[in-house]
Amino acid sequence: MKIAVAIKQVPLRDSPLRVAASGLWIDEANLSYEINEPDAYALEEALQLREKHGGEVVVLCAGPERVGQTIREALAKGADRAIHVELDSGASLDTLGIATLLAAALKSEAADLILTGLQSDDFGYGQTGVVLAELLGVPHSTIIMQVEVRDGNSLRVKRELEDGWFQHIEMPLPAVLTIQSGGNKLRYATLMGIKKAKTKELKVLKAADLGATPPASVVLEKLYSPHKSKQAQIFSGDPKTAAAQLLEKLRFEARVL
Amino acid sequence: MSVLVILETGHRMSAEAWAAGRQFAEALGVPLRAAAPAEGAAPYTPDGYTAALEELIRRVAPSLVVFAHTYQTRDYAPKLATRFGRVLISDVIAAGFENGAPVFVRQLFQGKFNADIRPAGDGPHFVSIQAGAFPATADAAAVDIETFTPSASRQKSEAPFRESAREVDLTAAPIIVSVGRGIKEQANIPVVEKLAQALGAELAASRPICDAGWLPMERQVGSSGQTVSPKLYVAVGISGAIQHLVGMKGSKTVVAINQDPNAPIFEIADYGIVGDLFEIVPALVAEIDKSKSP
Ligand SMILES: Cc1cc2nc3c(=O)[nH]c(=O)nc-3n(C[C@H](O)[C@H](O)[C@H](O)COP(=O)(O)OP(=O)(O)OC[C@H]3O[C@@H](n4cnc5c(N)ncnc54)[C@H](O)[C@@H]3O)c2cc1C
Ligand SMILES: Nc1ncnc2c1ncn2[C@@H]1O[C@H](COP(=O)(O)O)[C@@H](O)[C@H]1O
Repeated sequence: MKIAVAIKQVPLRDSPLRVAASGLWIDEANLSYEINEPDAYALEEALQLREKHGGEVVVLCAGPERVGQTIREALAKGADRAIHVELDSGASLDTLGIATLLAAALKSEAADLILTGLQSDDFGYGQTGVVLAELLGVPHSTIIMQVEVRDGNSLRVKRELEDGWFQHIEMPLPAVLTIQSGGNKLRYATLMGIKKAKTKELKVLKAADLGATPPASVVLEKLYSPHKSKQAQIFSGDPKTAAAQLLEKLRFEARVL
Repeated sequence: MSVLVILETGHRMSAEAWAAGRQFAEALGVPLRAAAPAEGAAPYTPDGYTAALEELIRRVAPSLVVFAHTYQTRDYAPKLATRFGRVLISDVIAAGFENGAPVFVRQLFQGKFNADIRPAGDGPHFVSIQAGAFPATADAAAVDIETFTPSASRQKSEAPFRESAREVDLTAAPIIVSVGRGIKEQANIPVVEKLAQALGAELAASRPICDAGWLPMERQVGSSGQTVSPKLYVAVGISGAIQHLVGMKGSKTVVAINQDPNAPIFEIADYGIVGDLFEIVPALVAEIDKSKSP
């Protein structure tokens, strides 16, 4: 079966982030990037399904030139080939715009299964996969922990619900699933994998060649640090002093010890 | 023109969506309406809800459609919005209105920043609101509730279930020490275990710790784990993403230990220490032990 995985590149976790002078995005100078966390689980699920059922794993990533690094890492982990939808670094597409490009890039692929992460760490919209399914006209399910392919033409998946509940869902293929973190153990790229990645196909598609995107229906007008609404009492100084001050407060002010 | 609130049967957040919808309707000077699945209707599926609500929305023609940002909403509302060429403005925490034009505030980068998002073009626009952002009000002013009947679906869902019975009941613990990804590796877990011991606390964790298998799933706090409200919650190396906060913000006193002074967890903490947990936690344990054996 052919499995496509949409992966997004996001700033490396715990990067110090600052709002850019434009007030519209973060300052990207000197930032390092990595694969969006749930997307790594989506890729892992795809690789395991290929190991079970055979076929091919194609990774798909829309972004500026720098995302090539994240794509190569996915190839090194075992994806067979990749499609990079190259965006101008200044492009300001909304989710529908991105999903329209991803759908256009996937059209000729006719994948049996398309996996995305459930949510991006930067935008956090949590919807690109669902929109993609609608644009491709295929069924979907979200927040998926386990995937079982039956007879090569249908799926039974375990969907996470709130408060520790789960549910199984069945649907025909082709389909889109948005994958939750934690369903599998992530693999590392091997030295061999890294070497092989260099020879794998990486197709670059220009966004402009994929057809028109709809006009943005949401516009990000301003990015800013949240106002502090509640002032926590912060203890500084050396660890020993701070610890003693905290305990004092917990005992005599909060009275919880 | 109206504001249409989509109610999720039996979900505690429906009242919050209602409160948000009422606030938006007042600001826009338009009527408030609501929609809910018909009694005895077929269970939820994304296909079934999308088709039924598309029909209802075309008929009612609201300018704004409001959802609670629940798992169910995440599953179909983006699809529904796409039918109207719109993007769901998800997980909204506040709204402002200038001359009848709404601007919605949502968090980016896991709560590190806020962004003002303006819907462009004609309505309907679609927004989902974050848990706790629009507190439910007691009054439920009478409005007609439009009902809808979900239609056929390609997805077939089975009954919800829970994994094997939980052996750890965090909800009963008066003190909880909760550990996040700041702990860096499994081998470091004893650092926080010692703090839990010294405080007589249960040990809990954020999701990535349980995902990695460093602590069992049943110790996870948050929207997909347990909801706790101890008298003392000590968050160690936890950033404070909304999905974690909803599980612990009812705690009486919250302490945060984090090296990033801008971590969102400090927003809901009563007390905090900014610094390296590997220095602070052992110091805290030493101070507690000292006071125990004078
Ligand atoms: C649908 C859905 C459901 C989810 N359900 C849950 C849930 O139930 N529970 C949950 O917790 N999450 C849940 N999440 C995940 C959530 O969004 C966050 O990704 C997660 O809570 C982050 O965990 P964390 O704070 O431990 O890690 P991070 O966000 O990586 O934070 C680590 C923190 O440690 C600090 N740190 C690093 N090193 C040190 C050091 N040496 N000393 C002190 N501090 C340090 C950093 O400054 C940072 O703030 C869910 C997400 C989704 C999309
Ligand atoms: N630019 C992109 N390129 C490839 N995949 C993407 C892109 N943006 C979002 N996705 C996918 O959609 C998921 C959800 O993103 P979001 O809707 O932004 O929360 C991510 O986890 C990715 O799998």
